[in-house]
Amino acid sequence: MSKSDPNAPKRLALIASKGTLDWAYPPFILASAAAAMGWDVTIFFTFFGLPLLKPKLEAQVSPLGNPAMPMKMPFGPEGFQNFNWPMPNILMSNVPGFESMATSLMKQTFKNKGVATVEELREMCLDLDVKMIGCQMTMDVFGFKKEEFIPQCEIGGAATFLEFAADADVQLFI
Amino acid sequence: MSDVIKEDQVLDCSGMLCPMPVVKATKAIKEMQSGQVLKMIATDPGAPPDMEAWSRQTGHELLRSMEEGGKFIFFLKKK
Repeated sequence: MSKSDPNAPKRLALIASKGTLDWAYPPFILASAAAAMGWDVTIFFTFFGLPLLKPKLEAQVSPLGNPAMPMKMPFGPEGFQNFNWPMPNILMSNVPGFESMATSLMKQTFKNKGVATVEELREMCLDLDVKMIGCQMTMDVFGFKKEEFIPQCEIGGAATFLEFAADADVQLFI
Repeated sequence: MSDVIKEDQVLDCSGMLCPMPVVKATKAIKEMQSGQVLKMIATDPGAPPDMEAWSRQTGHELLRSMEEGGKFIFFLKKK
């Protein structure tokens, strides 16, 4: 399908380059929304975004080096839940298990508010025929094999992505 | 309220946040016949502008959009 066809659907080309929980959401949210509107969508997973193609997602979030991240408690009265807990770097970097605690608090807060999980969003993207391409070069560098990823994904390189992106109406690097 | 719109199917997206309402509406309308009407209920305050954009992009007509008791109600006609 090329741009010369006026009836061709709009296209969204995304690069997912980060694998923490907070960065895992935007590509899947945008991709599923675009696909729901009938757009043709391709996501290129590269560098730290590549593990988002694994069957079981283990994305974590770290408040360390993420100074604008609000730390919210997913339980208790509303005022308590809405409070932003100050987290000094010294605490975050020294307490063992701090990241998994922050991750579970964020997951619970998202769940309470009605946000789908990253796995659910990825499943919806696949249902809506979003194309997912894993970066061959990153696989070589970090030692990933295609069998480690979900079977729906394809493997390609920069040229594969660029060919699609060249004709895309929206291109985003995330 | 003027004339009553009769829906063929109801989809309740209460409690769901972006992008679930648009995704669920798409899935529901795919199963319907051309000309049929889907009544969609949502509580996400982002749903009204999103459903308008979804309607413009997909061509499924947004017949009516209203707010009732803290809920947003949309009538969507499949193209």
